[in-house]
Amino acid sequence: MIELKNISKTFKVAKRNAGFSEVLKALFKKEYEYVKALQNVSFKIDDGEMVGYIGPNGAGKSSTIKIMSGILTPDGGECVIDGLTPWKDRISHVQNIGVVFGQRSQLWWDVPVIDSFELIREIYKVDDSRYKKNLSQLTELLNIGEIVKTPARQLSLGQRMRCEIAASLLHSPKLLFLDEPTIGLDAVSKIAVREFIKTINRENKTTVILTTHDMQDIEALTKRILLIGKGRILLDGSLSDLKERGSAHKTITIDYSGDKLPNLDHMTVSKDIGGHAEIIIDTEQVTASQAVSYISSKVEVKDISVMGESVDEIVASLYKEFEI
Amino acid sequence: MKKYLSFFKIRLIAGLQYRAAAWAGIATQFAWGGMTILMFWAFYHNGENSFPMTFPELSSYIWMQQSFLAMFMTWFYDNEIFENITSGNIAYELCRPCDIYAIWFTKNMAVRLSRMMLRCLPILLVAAFLPAPFNITLPSDWLSGVLFLVSVILGFLVLISFSMLIYISAFYTISPMGIRILATSVTEFFAGAIIPIPFFPEALQPIMYALPFASMQNAPFLIYTGHISGIDALQSIALQIFWFAALLAVGRLLMKRALRKVVVQGG
Repeated sequence: MIELKNISKTFKVAKRNAGFSEVLKALFKKEYEYVKALQNVSFKIDDGEMVGYIGPNGAGKSSTIKIMSGILTPDGGECVIDGLTPWKDRISHVQNIGVVFGQRSQLWWDVPVIDSFELIREIYKVDDSRYKKNLSQLTELLNIGEIVKTPARQLSLGQRMRCEIAASLLHSPKLLFLDEPTIGLDAVSKIAVREFIKTINRENKTTVILTTHDMQDIEALTKRILLIGKGRILLDGSLSDLKERGSAHKTITIDYSGDKLPNLDHMTVSKDIGGHAEIIIDTEQVTASQAVSYISSKVEVKDISVMGESVDEIVASLYKEFEI
Repeated sequence: MKKYLSFFKIRLIAGLQYRAAAWAGIATQFAWGGMTILMFWAFYHNGENSFPMTFPELSSYIWMQQSFLAMFMTWFYDNEIFENITSGNIAYELCRPCDIYAIWFTKNMAVRLSRMMLRCLPILLVAAFLPAPFNITLPSDWLSGVLFLVSVILGFLVLISFSMLIYISAFYTISPMGIRILATSVTEFFAGAIIPIPFFPEALQPIMYALPFASMQNAPFLIYTGHISGIDALQSIALQIFWFAALLAVGRLLMKRALRKVVVQGG
């Protein structure tokens, strides 16, 4: 059980303009700017939930994860995870959590991955039988049986990320934080990682909190979404709640035979370059399926795709809505 | 405790892999030691009596210094630790159920010991078989030997607890280079790594002996050579214990404060 109440964090950032004279000035008097990374962030997450924590760059996602994993001390507010305050009871708290930072590595660069696993085992004092059980489960699910004998520096990003995730779960944590676990991965590795996260959430009842920019991660994995922007929680609900908050426009992209589209009712053609066109529809007036059948009746369609707004676009429109 | 031992082990093993570096180190330290001794030999030619240490004492001091160089070198810092702080990888270390101060301390001990283990014996062996008075000699009695062992361990701990302060400063300064360079030159000078402390002006000596830097390599080597013995040796050891405790306390306090305000850099 995770409970955050009014968590706030402000960072002090040194600022100066470009130019030599500015550098000299900064030697004597530094100017600082205060950035409010988090403002009154509150939410509750139950055991066994899988939550997508999304928002644009600099929204405060990583800061929240760092506070929940005991790395960062907030300026104010309360955070209680299984009865412990992460930054006060850091050592006993982290015994129960696993963290993957997609942009960093916890594996020892020069030694085979399995050696890093052994070291992690000693750090968390995992007993033999449990370690063996976890290791065989993880190597099988993540398909890393062969690559664990290779030094980390010789692994591809996708292979390494799978090993990183395994490393974070060797001590069977109750709570797993994944900070952009699919960043930079190819489609195959992404799917493997997603499948794996689903499995451990289902079978081991591990609570998973996932930050990502990849909409497909969210669609594949989480029922519940926390949307954060400029340090505030903007939305706490399901994926469809989020989509509802966005505007009701969808973009239909088609490849068709011929060189010009005929006039289409209730639709705006935003781009039409002989054979390829983008059409914007307003779903309050016409549904996507109606639009598709209407378009196919007008022209011979070779290929068609319907796109809703991306999360980033929705967030941008929510920014406007909240005037922040 | 066991987990710190595993850290120690993995670091020690990693360090023992660099054999070519060790041979190069042995050659450098042997040449350097030889040159230093010959330089002093030239000075001693002008009159043995005007010097604070006898020439055999000095030879032993220089050879001890060269063979234990990796243990007491003041300019050596574990770049991995600085990198962890400046790149933000410290985030992972903070997610472990470990005491970071203890981990860094053991890592430092392991790196230095692994380097020392590879270099120490060949230098000592060759230096022992050099013609007198250029050779290294055994301590005059077994008591000095025992006191030396105690003192060398304490000196090692004092040095590492001092370098911990430099590592911790990286939390506050973002780029640790400035403090590191300053600290290195101060330590090098006051620890007696350039010239032994007895050679400094007499007025300066009481101050130098009282500083923590004299409790690093100076104390054990002077005890070994017999320059300090008896009550004086015990006194130096007491001072070493004091400095170790003080630096440890300050380091732990600063670490605690730093972690409270730590900013993990880069995303």
